[in-house]
Amino acid sequence: MVQALVATILLAIPIRLFGLQLPEPIFAMPVVFAWAVIRPSILAPMGILIMGLFMDLFWGGAMGLWALSLLISYGVVLSARTMLVGQSQPMMAFWYAAATALAMGAAYLIAAMTTHAIPSWRAMGLQFLPTVLLYPFAHRLIDRFEDADVRFR
Amino acid sequence: MSLRDSQFGELKVPLTWTAAAALFVAAIIAAAFLLSDRRETLEAQAYGAARQATDTVAAPVGEALSAPGRWTGAGIDAIRGYFFAVSENRRLKTELKEMRQWRDVALALRNENGRFRSLLGLKTDPPIPMVAARVVTDARGPFADTRIANAGREAGVKVGNPVMSEYGLVGRVIGVTSGASRVLTVNDVASRTPVMVDRNNARAILSGDGGPNPRLDYLRGQDPVREGDRIITSGDGGVLPRGLPVGFAVKGLDGKWRVVLASDKGPIDFVRILLFQDFTQVINRTELDQLDVPPRTPGSPEPVLPAPPTNPAAPAASTPTGVSPAAAAAAVAGAALATPRPAAAPPPRATTTATPGARPTTTAAATAGTAPKPPAKPAASSATATPHSAAAATTTPKPAAKPTTTATAATVKPATPKPATPKPAAAKPAATGPKKPAAAASDRPAEVRSEPYRNSEPPH
Repeated sequence: MVQALVATILLAIPIRLFGLQLPEPIFAMPVVFAWAVIRPSILAPMGILIMGLFMDLFWGGAMGLWALSLLISYGVVLSARTMLVGQSQPMMAFWYAAATALAMGAAYLIAAMTTHAIPSWRAMGLQFLPTVLLYPFAHRLIDRFEDADVRFR
Repeated sequence: MSLRDSQFGELKVPLTWTAAAALFVAAIIAAAFLLSDRRETLEAQAYGAARQATDTVAAPVGEALSAPGRWTGAGIDAIRGYFFAVSENRRLKTELKEMRQWRDVALALRNENGRFRSLLGLKTDPPIPMVAARVVTDARGPFADTRIANAGREAGVKVGNPVMSEYGLVGRVIGVTSGASRVLTVNDVASRTPVMVDRNNARAILSGDGGPNPRLDYLRGQDPVREGDRIITSGDGGVLPRGLPVGFAVKGLDGKWRVVLASDKGPIDFVRILLFQDFTQVINRTELDQLDVPPRTPGSPEPVLPAPPTNPAAPAASTPTGVSPAAAAAAVAGAALATPRPAAAPPPRATTTATPGARPTTTAAATAGTAPKPPAKPAASSATATPHSAAAATTTPKPAAKPTTTATAATVKPATPKPATPKPAAAKPAATGPKKPAAAASDRPAEVRSEPYRNSEPPH
């Protein structure tokens, strides 16, 4: 969680490479997906709430936008956990992309309702693609901790 | 006693259900935060303590983290400048040659505009002081597009102040704390900026959507916008000053008119925060607040007038910074050039100032608490009769900024001295005084202006 927040801060530096700005992926997404797949937890929702609120404060967006969006995605993945566990890596990558799309879709709806404006699909795509590319980090977390608790094997 | 040995040691609960309960509680908390947030209102009090604390911490952290990037960029620029010095020199010479022609045109237009303003008695907006700052963090997502600049409350920055880069409008300040300000860019989905088309004054609202090119909404009329039209701020609603460059109009892929932002020409690194709040920022607020009450009718009750407020802009006297001495020298030269014109007008000005000086003494007898002020007014007014820009520098609480802002190309406040006419509407009888010497070169415009329906000739 701390690493995800630090990475968020680092990529908020106003740097341009070859005239292009750095991407702004949602570093919390791999953590959310991995926590939901590894095992149900009481602390995980609180950790996701903290990460979401931090992102909202740091990015200057509406308070609670990313917190609620990430929690919705976590809840859906948690409810489908029994179906996801044990699948191949490409399928897990697909489900991770679906969870990311769900989180961004929730954020889209919340932003549209709060600001009475439709966010740009292009901008959402520019955030969705680098976020999806973070799947290897989620896979590493799942691979390391999934079988750590025999009760959920 | 460990948990296993306590009475709760054998307690078994379905972890999935408890996790779901925790999830539900967390979701409720997040929804409560969301419902209580008023970020879209862009009000000063909506920016809570949590956001201010976050910005206070994020600003120095961002500045420290971005320092290596800045140094690297500076080093690369130095190396590039060394190796490409010859070609850059050639390019600059060509550009300078072209700019010299535009300089002559600009000087002629400036003089012509100055003559027209004096003939028409137009009141130009007072120059706005500004504060230079550097962007230290950059959030560019689809749902939040904000920057943090490293100038805050101590520099006089307030919520609502417009922010500009060297090329054009960047956004507005939505949160201020000590040492940092959060800037909502015009790209943000919550951003709404009143703009106009420079060509035909057509009004629109620049609505951000998180993308690189915000939309032009609420366009009216037939073909109000054409491809390539210059878009500037309109000043409607007193939100932003008029005339700040925004960008150029283009047709989007969805068929809507969008704006290619002028600020996108270069990286938004250094910005200028204009200390503009609304159009009540005038030069001589105390003079404006002097109410001109008509004489009492017999038998009417004695009017009770509110005491004029103190000048709110006084604390910002030391804040404006960050402007080159060359710009200040240019502005001082401009002020010196403006000296001869008002210098020709002192005698009528003295009579003019005597008139408002006489009127307030009569009204001071009728009002309470204003008697000491009127005798000072003619002296103050006569002090302002000499070069207006210099007088503006002495009377405004932001003297150091005035010459610099007038010299800055990106600002839209022209460096022309204001015509020496009294401001209040009630001073209309005295307004003909200074206009007469200004129109001494040709009496016809003054006559036409004062009594358009009597002396105007039929159109040819």
